Amino acid sequence: MMAEALQAFLEFYGALPRPVQILGQIVLLVAPLMVCVAYLTYAERKVISYMQVRIGPNRVGPRGWLQPIADALKLMFKEIIIPSGANKFLFIISPVISIGTALAAWAVIPFADGVVISDLNAGLLYVLAVTSLGVYGVIIAGWSSNSKYALLGAMRSAAQIVAYEIAMGFALVGVLMAAGSLNLGEIVRAQAGEWGPVNWFALPLLPLFLIYFISGVAETNRAPFDVAEGESEIVAGFHVEYSGMAFAVFFLAEYANMILISALATIMFLGGWLSPLHGWAPAGWFEVPVLGLLLDDGIHWFLAKTAFFLFCYLWFRATFPRYRYDQIMRLGWKVFIPITIVWLLVVGGFILGGLPPWWAPAG
Amino acid sequence: MNVITRVFKSLFLLELLRGLRLTGRYLFARKITVQYPEEKTPLSPRFRGLHALRRYPNGEERCIACKLCEVVCPALAITIESEEREDGTRRTTRYDIDLTKCIFCGFCEESCPVDSIVETHVFEYHGEKRGDLLMTKDRLLAVGDKYEKEIAAARAQDAPYR
Amino acid sequence: MTAEQFFFYAFAAMTVASAAMVITVRNPVYAVLSLVLTFVASAGLWLLLEAEFLAIALVLVYVGAVMVLFLFVVMMLDINLARLKEGFIRYLPLGVAVAVAMALMMALVVGPEHFGLERVPAPERHGPEYSNTEALGRVLYTVYVYPFEIASVILTVAIVAAIALTLRRRPHTKYQNPDEQIAVRREDRVRLVSMKPERRE
Repeated sequence: MMAEALQAFLEFYGALPRPVQILGQIVLLVAPLMVCVAYLTYAERKVISYMQVRIGPNRVGPRGWLQPIADALKLMFKEIIIPSGANKFLFIISPVISIGTALAAWAVIPFADGVVISDLNAGLLYVLAVTSLGVYGVIIAGWSSNSKYALLGAMRSAAQIVAYEIAMGFALVGVLMAAGSLNLGEIVRAQAGEWGPVNWFALPLLPLFLIYFISGVAETNRAPFDVAEGESEIVAGFHVEYSGMAFAVFFLAEYANMILISALATIMFLGGWLSPLHGWAPAGWFEVPVLGLLLDDGIHWFLAKTAFFLFCYLWFRATFPRYRYDQIMRLGWKVFIPITIVWLLVVGGFILGGLPPWWAPAG
Repeated sequence: MNVITRVFKSLFLLELLRGLRLTGRYLFARKITVQYPEEKTPLSPRFRGLHALRRYPNGEERCIACKLCEVVCPALAITIESEEREDGTRRTTRYDIDLTKCIFCGFCEESCPVDSIVETHVFEYHGEKRGDLLMTKDRLLAVGDKYEKEIAAARAQDAPYR
Repeated sequence: MTAEQFFFYAFAAMTVASAAMVITVRNPVYAVLSLVLTFVASAGLWLLLEAEFLAIALVLVYVGAVMVLFLFVVMMLDINLARLKEGFIRYLPLGVAVAVAMALMMALVVGPEHFGLERVPAPERHGPEYSNTEALGRVLYTVYVYPFEIASVILTVAIVAAIALTLRRRPHTKYQNPDEQIAVRREDRVRLVSMKPERRE
């Protein structure tokens, strides 16, 4: 019965024109992503409050599970106020730019072997290019609001993102060298090996891994690099004049970007969908009927690793005070970029020398 | 500390990891949040909440319209008008406390020679319009009548320290 | 019209229109944003030519970094729009003369003889397996390795020169050294002394 229904559905799906199929895939990706974003806000409030010895939201629904729904409803019914003197067209379009770039990058993310909307050859570059466009949402929002605080936030964000994008790009160059491909699926496959987790790029590229993730935190304007928002110094930075759904769209974009950076870190350094049990667990484990499927490679490992990075985001926010602006610049330009360049040379040496178990000795 | 260990320490993010360890430990610590409407923290007998005017046990109002509270009030929240009553005593005709001005410092209570104006334990009150937060003499007396037992108990408890 | 043609004309029209916007709009921020749109549209044209590396690099470098800095500067400017419009008629003849001269020069160097399908054949189609990035890398590090390396050395010299020109060390300015600030320990600054309590007579 189930198999027949699935068969019928697959036939129906195969008969659809290609654009409709792609649209279906996009909906299949964006809808769960939006739910993840909503519950990431809930997780953020819970994790941070737990670290501050509080309980956090627990009133709406059992244990507060309906809190994000209530928040979303509230934001939907609030009025969008356009400040006088604001540039109306740009004011409206900037949240759209933010969310558009935040979602576009998801097209090339492989969730499991072959589960990807667009298996692009230059996937890594595409991700880097699209995420670099996200800053326009912030800058245009800041400028078009006709507000001093918003403009300050936009300025800070522009300088910060340009600075950290270079370090991030260099970190990705290291991954590109190690994997020998720009295709994200190929990068994950390059990390498979008989050593299991040791084969992942996190170990040979450890400095690049750390720098990539820290730059990712800076790129998404999250604490401790949230100078663009800096609620204690410039109120809320670039989105100070936004209310209601326009504000909510910025919020969605920020959290979608957080998930994206976490997913990318998973793909490039922690072996994406690969199971960490390979290499040391006895082969018999993977033959157990249901449990074996769970222990073997699959989308659940990808999601689990992504969730780990997301937890780190929240952990950082609960732990570190905001960086001073000049120190952010110093860290980006004078620390991260030199380290990445040096480590690129080291990785080049590794590859030439054929350092096992990551690279076969040159033959 | 020499330069090399300093560079080493910052490069390996040791201090940041220490900070993360601290917050990580607190993640599992026992939570101390008081679930307010269901649970409440104990209140001191000196707690300064909603105001009340007290009466003597025979029903006579305590206030003698000396206006000390009006003078001492730093927020100028108290307004008093007084007149001679038929029996020749001085009594207030008007005793207003504007709760939107009041800062709950308790000076009125301290200054009162007859323990008439007091601040009660009540802090869960609200006003739906501005006038609801203007406490007139009648309303203050009503509060006093309602909570006289608690007020008297709190005064008795605090008396040894006065 | 195939879908490819449709996309080509759409991107081409967008490129031309937004490039015209860059020089016609009054608001400099609009001009910069139009330039961004021009870059994005030409990246689309490159994608149609299967030059995905160039297209993405264009978006990454120009749109993602260079134009952000442009916007950064332009947003800081306090431009009086009325003043900008002054003298348009006065400078018009000179401007037209310069424009005509430039158009003539461009026509002489890259004239119509360089265009057309009979002179430049349409690029051959490759399958989805073809990687433009790899092809570009091969050419860059074999045939054009010397020009490529020389160009990068020149760029490095330019970067160093730019920093050297702007870096001024003024002797009397005071500034903080975050390294030292962070490295300070309690032991370095505070000394706990145990003393006998002194009795006041």
